[in-house]
Amino acid sequence: MGFLEYAPSPESTAILHLKKSYGLFIDGEFRKGHGKAFVTISPSTEERIADIANASEADVDAAVKAARRAYERTWSKLSGADRGKYLFRIARLVQERARELAVAESLDNGKPIKESRDVDVPLVAAWFFYYAGWADKLDYAGLGPAPASLGVAAQVIPWNFPLLMLAWKIAPALAAGNTVVIKPAETTPLSALIFAEILQQAELPPGVVNIITGAGDTGSALVNHPDVNKVAFTGSTEVGRLIAKSTAGSGKKLTLELGGKAANIVFDDAPIEEAIEGIVNGIFFNQGHVCCAGSRLLVQENVHDEVVDRLKTRLSTLRLGDPLDKNTDIGAINSRAQLDRIRELSDIGESEGADRWTAECVIPDKGFWFAPTIFTNVEASHRIAREEIFGPVLSVLTFRTPAEAVAKANNTPYGLSAGIWTDKGSKILAVADQLRAGVVWANTFNRFDPSSPFGGYKESGYGREGGRHGLAAYLQSSGWGAKR
Amino acid sequence: MNATEHAAAHTALAPAERALDLIGSDLTETTLRLHLEGLSGVDAAGLEQRAAGLATRSIKTTSKALALDTIIRLIDLTTLEGADTPGKVHSLVAKAMNPDATDATVPRVAAVCVYGDMVPYAVEALGAAGTESQRHEGIQVAAVATAFPSGRASLAVKLADTSEAVAAGADEIDMVIDRGAFLSGRYGLVFEQIVAVKEACRRPDGSYAHLKVILETGELATYDNVRRASWLAILAGADFIKTSTGKVSPAATLPVTLLMLEVVRDWHRLTGERIGVKPAGGIRSSKDAIRYLVTVAETVGEEWLKPELFRFGASSLLNDVLLQRQKLTTGRYSGADYVTMD
Amino acid sequence: MSHLAVPKTYKLYVGGAFARSESGRTYEVLSRKGAFLANAALASRKDARDAVVAARAALAGWSAASGYNRGQVLYRIAELLEGRRNQFIDEVVSTEGATKAAAGKQVDTAIDAWVWYAGWADKYVQVAGNGNPVAGPYFNISTPESTGVVAIVAPQASASLLGLVSVLAPVIVSGNTAVVIANQSAPLTAISLGEVLATSDVPAGVANILTGSPAEIAPWLAAHADVNGLDLAGAGGLDWVALMVSAAETLKRVLAPEEGIPAPSLERIVAFTETKTVWHTKSLR
Repeated sequence: MGFLEYAPSPESTAILHLKKSYGLFIDGEFRKGHGKAFVTISPSTEERIADIANASEADVDAAVKAARRAYERTWSKLSGADRGKYLFRIARLVQERARELAVAESLDNGKPIKESRDVDVPLVAAWFFYYAGWADKLDYAGLGPAPASLGVAAQVIPWNFPLLMLAWKIAPALAAGNTVVIKPAETTPLSALIFAEILQQAELPPGVVNIITGAGDTGSALVNHPDVNKVAFTGSTEVGRLIAKSTAGSGKKLTLELGGKAANIVFDDAPIEEAIEGIVNGIFFNQGHVCCAGSRLLVQENVHDEVVDRLKTRLSTLRLGDPLDKNTDIGAINSRAQLDRIRELSDIGESEGADRWTAECVIPDKGFWFAPTIFTNVEASHRIAREEIFGPVLSVLTFRTPAEAVAKANNTPYGLSAGIWTDKGSKILAVADQLRAGVVWANTFNRFDPSSPFGGYKESGYGREGGRHGLAAYLQSSGWGAKR
Repeated sequence: MNATEHAAAHTALAPAERALDLIGSDLTETTLRLHLEGLSGVDAAGLEQRAAGLATRSIKTTSKALALDTIIRLIDLTTLEGADTPGKVHSLVAKAMNPDATDATVPRVAAVCVYGDMVPYAVEALGAAGTESQRHEGIQVAAVATAFPSGRASLAVKLADTSEAVAAGADEIDMVIDRGAFLSGRYGLVFEQIVAVKEACRRPDGSYAHLKVILETGELATYDNVRRASWLAILAGADFIKTSTGKVSPAATLPVTLLMLEVVRDWHRLTGERIGVKPAGGIRSSKDAIRYLVTVAETVGEEWLKPELFRFGASSLLNDVLLQRQKLTTGRYSGADYVTMD
Repeated sequence: MSHLAVPKTYKLYVGGAFARSESGRTYEVLSRKGAFLANAALASRKDARDAVVAARAALAGWSAASGYNRGQVLYRIAELLEGRRNQFIDEVVSTEGATKAAAGKQVDTAIDAWVWYAGWADKYVQVAGNGNPVAGPYFNISTPESTGVVAIVAPQASASLLGLVSVLAPVIVSGNTAVVIANQSAPLTAISLGEVLATSDVPAGVANILTGSPAEIAPWLAAHADVNGLDLAGAGGLDWVALMVSAAETLKRVLAPEEGIPAPSLERIVAFTETKTVWHTKSLR
């Protein structure tokens, strides 16, 4: 045994003060739900974590009413400076309880603790800090003088970055002066419910943020509630389409962050070591449960073999296992349903004729796991090259010229993100210009920052989250200062 | 380029075996330059992120004990001061042979590293017992040479510096490259000097003192330069590539060491030959050193974690490792008065 | 000596050419008082399809043109419109029953709208984009760029020329290409504007003008998978919710119907742009 057989170094769950069951957070307090409660489990052990209330249509209505009351009586009357102070408080409380939140996230979602600890939770705090400062500076958001808030925002978020997506939604909404009803994903409600305790500690006025748990029908009741003014959704393109249809003509402002099938383009003059790291980070970060994952690797033909070879070597050093172990690189797949989908699409990849390679990993007996997998000899027409797998599965395609790389990268109904790897600056800028994607990472991948707008082209959705652009999603323009 | 320079660019370089194998018989300044400039670039942000990621690995309990002993076995215990005296070197050697007077299970360090004129005192202190491989009780004597640390001297002086240290019994020579020549693009000159120093490492019996080539990465300034200099040193015959003299800041950093390990890994993939790596300067804590071990293990593999292939050039690191070791043994935190000054 | 007038044949403007509807259909354009003015082409779904093909083909070149270039092209439209001012006034008077003064005001406002939007071509990116001070060793910048092919239902109620210009100019200034359904009852200014576009420097296919029934054509455009944006400014009289639902199938960017003539605004430009954020590592090492 070498010393690198690191002894397991798990974060203790003792830091969590878990309750046996969690209610709905409405009007500043936890309440019973009127739907049939469900259980949230740890995907790495399949063990029960807690019982979670299920919001019925009446509960959704109560939450929207609470948000409406809070909007009219309190939040819309507060100064921007005071709204900002509440957001600053929340940011600080998130930092104070960072480790607890990270452990909860890894327990409930299955992501490695090093990611929840070093990426998700720090970004959550950063998001609240960033938008806190905007609350009293909306005049400078580029939307004309004194842009108006919208009212009640209905927000539905996914299970891949549960707390981070919550921050992306709540922080700009509150800064802009809206109140919120948010529904976390069915399989990952835990961190949002701990966040509700943080809101209590911050003494945020009751009803300004309401957190309701449930499944798809709860989300549907929320976005279709007649008294919401704004709908923000992050999730699948399929559901996004439904929401766009059901809210059509309602006057509700809509922003959608949907799926992706990002191309990660590696040229033969790339900084090769860092490109390999970028490919790994692009598709195996968070088990590939990332809408902007670099799931299509486009490699220049003359370096294909070298890149694939190095990639396999590197993947062999990844450590799959207990999400709470600080040395884990690849955690658990979030749910059995997702695991089934990853397996199904991977099997299809094989049957379509692509070559499958899987890193050797010991798969734990219990829980949902999928070892890092690469498909080579993938054709653009293969389903694994077109459909979002949302798992640790990389499809490798080749190109010969920059123009061909751009054409292949853009040949998808999606357009969320892309990566470019080359040491040649002019090529980076020209390729970035031509890519139809909302976020382009050059010589890096999967970087996020509250000041940096994020969102897609085409069927990856519309609207931006982050930065000044992210505010526009929650404000009524007073004329962009340009009307005559 | 004037006519003289043009001719120089096409003059054959010293026929170092590795370079001939890789670049071909047409080994000139020009072909060497083409080779080095054809190496893949390094993206600094990405390299530093990878190093930072490796630094988050968490080592616990049994692995940690193993790691601490491994660190001790890999240390080149160093004193490189203008104020060095035979007495100071004796004291250093005593510490190298018996790092912790209270605990005989503590392993010995890999080597002591001194200035050339101090070699006889180190050899004397170690004694001449043992077989060839066990010379000096298994502790090697390394001498810095070639007008260390600046390297600003004529080739004749550098060679004399080297051969004198070898003659005095040095097992290893830590040479510096000519950074001025490297930065001005005179790769052939840097290459030839390494080849010449390597030859000066030859003993009368035909064996060679091991050659560690110090790149002084802090002065090379860019990672692209570090990668090129690493290849250049290996092509010219280096047994080890070493980050720094310890006299320039920054000295060893984790990203630079990672980068050099990547070169060594690529060389091994290409030729099957294993080259050693020595980060030196600035590694003072066990925690830091463990990060280097992790980086070695995850980049080139644990087989590199032996004195023939990896060293720490350090002076104060040893005592910190001993303190940590005492904590592991006794379960209590120790203090500076419970380890010896060297 | 009296001169017998030579009436103009009004056709569709698609791909830089004037064509009759592939269906061979026309409809009568009448004055406010019910007098016959002209037979306008009654565009079919296939004409709409052809227009989308033309718009898609023109997109790469137009969106890649410099802002400076697009600005000059739009300004050139204003120049040519100014030169044909009287023709447009006559058409507005005859089709809309406006007074000559009101028609003159409409035409002047339309000319000024082209000038106003022309100036934005090389500025909207600056005003709607920005550099982002991210925490880390990265250069990071967000810039808007055109969405793609945009289908437009022009305002139907009044001011046929100004209505058309008010929706067409903000779409094409950023580099989008457009398929616009003109004012159904007053389509003559639209086709005359096509003549202005054809003789100015606007590349073929950048602006395609269909005359006919919005109720008939708009559903095909709303559902077309190769259309990226849908401006329903003049669709208030249609089942526009159904059009939005249809557009949602491919998640098109959609602007809802508006009363009257949309005022010039940066917002209308930005509505059919996509913000792209580019990250790049930076280091001295």
